[in-house]
Amino acid sequence: MIISEQKPIEEILESIKDCKKVVITGCSLCATTCKSGGEEEILKLKEILEEQGKEVLGYKVLDPACNYLKVRKDMKKLKSELKEADALISLSCGDGTQTVAKVVKVPVYPGTNTLFIGEIERVGKFEEACRACGDCQLAWTGGICPITKCPKSLINGPCGGAMDGKCEVNSDNDCAWVMIYEKLKEMDKLENLEEVKPPTDYQKWVHPSKVSIR
Amino acid sequence: MSLLREVLENGEFAITAEMAPPKGTDISHLRKCAQLMKGRVHGVNVTDFQSAVMRVTSLATCKILKEEGLEPVLQLTGRDRNRIATQGELLSAGVFGIENVLCLTGDHTVVGDHPQAKPVYDLDCIGILQAATTLMDGKDMAGNELNKAPEFYLGACVTPEYEPLEIQIIKMKKKIKAGARFFQTQGVFDIETMRKFRELTKDLDCKILAGIIPLKSAGMAKFMNKNVPGINVPDKLIERMKNAEDKKKEGIKIAAELIQQLKEENLCDGVHIMAIGAEENVPVILDEANLTPSYAANA
Ligand code: SF4
Ligand code: SF4
Repeated sequence: MIISEQKPIEEILESIKDCKKVVITGCSLCATTCKSGGEEEILKLKEILEEQGKEVLGYKVLDPACNYLKVRKDMKKLKSELKEADALISLSCGDGTQTVAKVVKVPVYPGTNTLFIGEIERVGKFEEACRACGDCQLAWTGGICPITKCPKSLINGPCGGAMDGKCEVNSDNDCAWVMIYEKLKEMDKLENLEEVKPPTDYQKWVHPSKVSIR
Repeated sequence: MSLLREVLENGEFAITAEMAPPKGTDISHLRKCAQLMKGRVHGVNVTDFQSAVMRVTSLATCKILKEEGLEPVLQLTGRDRNRIATQGELLSAGVFGIENVLCLTGDHTVVGDHPQAKPVYDLDCIGILQAATTLMDGKDMAGNELNKAPEFYLGACVTPEYEPLEIQIIKMKKKIKAGARFFQTQGVFDIETMRKFRELTKDLDCKILAGIIPLKSAGMAKFMNKNVPGINVPDKLIERMKNAEDKKKEGIKIAAELIQQLKEENLCDGVHIMAIGAEENVPVILDEANLTPSYAANA
């Protein structure tokens, strides 16, 4: 899932300070789950904007915001509101916000910061899990991603920086390589760590990427 | 062949000392320390933006120290350079005749003095070792020919006081496969740690320099125990520092005793002294430990 959080309200208000009439969009999937852009959050934002003297002409929870054809269709339902509006605030991930911006003519302002691809650990708790590196290594690492969970994305084992199994960069996090070691030991697969891995091929990280499966 | 390599391969007890490049363009202190080291050590090991703190580069400092008549060891981390810059740095070292290279992954930028910087890590320490080995074969990492190949004596780091130690040893073996011939350990204080480590690594084809950090106070020891990965100063040494009248002297004495014991028990092939800002103490420690490089003794 794509994890996002709402921007500070001051920043949202600053970005639309010259606007009067606003439309808000959200997203039914990720942004709803991480409570940055579901119906509840949209209504809360609507209330704040109205208190600040803005007129909220309409809102819609897109289903989902990152599907171009669906967004184009859904936004037609807000046609008259969009004609009048001078700002659209998008509460979805950066992808959804760009999709919306492609479809409408009014200026679109992001109401969220998109953080990472992550896992829902439990309600309201998310952890980054994949950096979309284009060359998945999980097969030999016991299902733990060194590219993401090690801040240096090391592929040949740990740096010397871990203390008591915690990462040198942030002691709240377990060292990815200590975790991988322990997992592989448990699986009796420590030999997976013996091979010298060649340097990562960063050609696979050249952005933007495109995929067509048709 | 590099002097350090010659010494280690001839089985002489090697002595190296760490030197940090200056922050700013005044190199007078560096030159002064260099004079003090002359005839006392086999090599001076120059840090590469240690702890991710910006300063003069390791390469420029190595060049100056070489001019001063010392044998430099270039430290090279993966934090600040991609593979193009790393190979360029290695070739430049080759041009200057700097042969000893210690390859490191490098502390993360967030622990340094420019936490806003973008960390690179295109190559980890093993990648840097591989790059250096490839250059020695007359090619770059992309397979292009070099007009002349550099010669290096490659090293890497290891932390004997690490839990779980097995993964450090697995990685150490990979570093050897990638070209490391010598290892420098994180600072050790407990002889027992080195006994265990020597036993675990006795079959590996490499030389080991034990890291020695002279203590300046009991507070410093406690601080390092709490904050520096891989450092474990035993309580009895902290107690000794606490009770000592002359702390500096006691720290030097503890370091010298450890060096002597390591040498006597053949627990390492040499030592690497990290005086951390008190480089002038290095000759004093060596006097106290009764160590003089043979090239100087015979001179
Ligand atoms: S290795 Fe990690 S970052 Fe790469 S695809 Fe797999 S999970 Fe994602
Ligand atoms: S401590 Fe572990 S997770 Fe953190 S940077 Fe080093 S190897 Fe990576």
